[in-house]
Amino acid sequence: MEAAYQKLVRLESQLHPEGVQRAPLWQFVLWLGFFGTVLLWGVYAMFLCWFKGLNQTNMNDYYGFALWIWADLAVIAVGGGAFFTGLLRYVIGKDPLKYIINYAVLIGFICYSSALLILAIDIGQPLRGWFIFWHANVHSMLTEVAFCLSCYFGVLCIEYIPLVLENRKLDEIPFFHHTAHNFHEVMAIFAATGAFLSFFHQGSLGGVAGVLFGRPFAYRPEFYIWPTTFFLFTWSAAACGPCFTILVTKITEAITRKKLVKDNVVELLAKIAGWMLLTYSIAKIADTLYWGFVMLPKHGLQITDFYTNASLIYTKLGGVPWILLIEILCSVIPALILVSKKGRQSKPALVVAVLLGSMCAMINRWVMVLQVMAAPIMTFDQFALYFPSWQELATTVLPVAYGVILISLSHRYLPVFPQERELNPV
Amino acid sequence: MFPFSFEWHWDMSHIVFMGGLWYAICIMALGVNYVLGKSFMQTIKGDSGHGHDDHGHDGHGEHH
Amino acid sequence: MGETQGHGHQEGNGHAQGSKYGMVIDLDKCTGCGACMVACMAENNVPTKPDETNKLDTITWMRVFKLSNGKAFPEAETCYLPRPCMHCGGKHDAGHSPCVSVCPATATDYSYKTGIVSQIYTRCFGCRYCMGACPYKARYFNWWDPKFPADMKEYLSPDVSVRMRGIVEKCSFCFHRYQRAMDRAFYEGRELEEHEYQTACTQACPAGAITFGDLNNERHMVHKVVNDKHEGHAVLQGRKPFRLLEELDTNPKVYYLSARDWVVKAGNASLRETSPADKKPSGGHH
Repeated sequence: MEAAYQKLVRLESQLHPEGVQRAPLWQFVLWLGFFGTVLLWGVYAMFLCWFKGLNQTNMNDYYGFALWIWADLAVIAVGGGAFFTGLLRYVIGKDPLKYIINYAVLIGFICYSSALLILAIDIGQPLRGWFIFWHANVHSMLTEVAFCLSCYFGVLCIEYIPLVLENRKLDEIPFFHHTAHNFHEVMAIFAATGAFLSFFHQGSLGGVAGVLFGRPFAYRPEFYIWPTTFFLFTWSAAACGPCFTILVTKITEAITRKKLVKDNVVELLAKIAGWMLLTYSIAKIADTLYWGFVMLPKHGLQITDFYTNASLIYTKLGGVPWILLIEILCSVIPALILVSKKGRQSKPALVVAVLLGSMCAMINRWVMVLQVMAAPIMTFDQFALYFPSWQELATTVLPVAYGVILISLSHRYLPVFPQERELNPV
Repeated sequence: MFPFSFEWHWDMSHIVFMGGLWYAICIMALGVNYVLGKSFMQTIKGDSGHGHDDHGHDGHGEHH
Repeated sequence: MGETQGHGHQEGNGHAQGSKYGMVIDLDKCTGCGACMVACMAENNVPTKPDETNKLDTITWMRVFKLSNGKAFPEAETCYLPRPCMHCGGKHDAGHSPCVSVCPATATDYSYKTGIVSQIYTRCFGCRYCMGACPYKARYFNWWDPKFPADMKEYLSPDVSVRMRGIVEKCSFCFHRYQRAMDRAFYEGRELEEHEYQTACTQACPAGAITFGDLNNERHMVHKVVNDKHEGHAVLQGRKPFRLLEELDTNPKVYYLSARDWVVKAGNASLRETSPADKKPSGGHH
């Protein structure tokens, strides 16, 4: 038994990248087992939703968009690190980012595959999902989302495949070796295409809420043909995505107890994210002020309608628009930390900043989904309460478990971090 | 999505939206085919590839 | 008001405007009996659930809201407000309805011939974006498979398809009645008369609170009411028709009438006198 296990360990270790140390196999299997169980729980809930329908959720006619759509928008926003890092690395030429681009791509791949899965669970008639392509209404923001999201997922697959082919054993096969090498040679074209597609799908996700002229809480005046949320979403994804990439890198380093990326690389990405966040927060504040004091009065509303309305939960908090305040603070504070050299170089400050930066996008997406649904529009309509069912929670946790598993497998078998060997000599 | 589906109109919206879409799909398809074709030819020629320099993908993995 | 066009009027968007079916609901006549809701459900094969107490996932194409002026006795007043789909035409009646413009699969459409917003059940894949877009909450999702008590199956209307689980549905202004009436009129080679196409809720209302017809047709009562040309019918009695949430530019085709000031103000946030928190009439579902 012992001998068989040792043999298995030996065989398995041949799949590891050269010159790096990995956790013992039993530990890895236990780790996978735990997250695999969570994954199975999510998969069970997913099949319940597919076979029994969306009555398995606590969504209702007042909350047609709920937890899943938030999760969908949130993972796409924080997955924006992939396109933005790719743009910086391949198109703008920020060379040091080549040491973190693999991980950014992997995180993006996980986020986008999760987003597509969530969408497949979320629609009432999953077998008709292809109608969005076939019978496309080109004027709908959701159509733009579906097309660009699917295409960009294709780009992410193209970016991720070479990394898989660089597995030590796969790389020994000449065709795979050539394919990985050749993909890298033309990667700038794919990265540019990815940035193009991301600009439109991140933006159109913002547009999904921004064009709802029947929902003054979400509606933003049009800037040419797009609502301002179109640009704010793209901008925030480019700002918060890299924060999430750094955050996950730091978490991975903490779990593996290894330094995986050099500080100068992280600091460069953090600095760019900081400036993006700072400009984003200015734009966001300007947009909020314009909405609250120019747009809403045009529709006969006041900003206080959404924050002191007796039917909303804010009353209990003294009429303070706390979610809005947290959202703005989550962009301003990390921005100020990350644009200062001292802030970036202090590890605790950096971690706090990237955590807040990631939360910034997540809270913004929460507001643009759940609060939009929650705010009653007709003056006599009532505020309805929604709390997700376990099936919704399980299917929302599913991508997290899936992400942990894919990161674990990729880290163990693929050369995700090019600087790992240098930073951790065996 | 296709000109033969009945929702299709030859108007500016369709030309811009679908034009952008098909443009992106074509680039991706051409890129993938180019890479696969080139790799296939290199494999047939018996080039092991392990001797070439690593420029262009130094950030992507370890040394080959 | 007064946005109606004559037959064949060429809109700015290039679409010829034909009929524009709409409704006028006299809130001072509505007693809140709910006959319109029942008639609508029976006419349109709306499925039921064993327990319909949760109104948040119950399908009611026509829903009667209960409004209160929020005052104590003896000033307390109640108003019942029936709310069908508003069949919004969007700005300039260009068909840019909140829901039609967002549907990704072209499953809901605006008819320039009738002004009716349709829903194609077999095309809808249940993304629910239209529900999020509709400020009137007139769109409903089929959370369950449609079920009818055994005996009721015999009463299902053959003119209306039963909707499957996982798609969105809404009031169609009883479009099948329009089709039926048009078929007959076409066969007999004449124009459609006002009485030939009436919705189920209009006919069921015992108080006669609902008037339905072509807002573009000068002979129809709705046109006269909306344009204040009632010619001795004394329908308006000094009241002005108003629509819900007019300031959002949804351009709905359902008009309301009430002599009570607070009811008119409940229709639009912009009509409020002071702080919305103080003056908001309390609402409820009937």
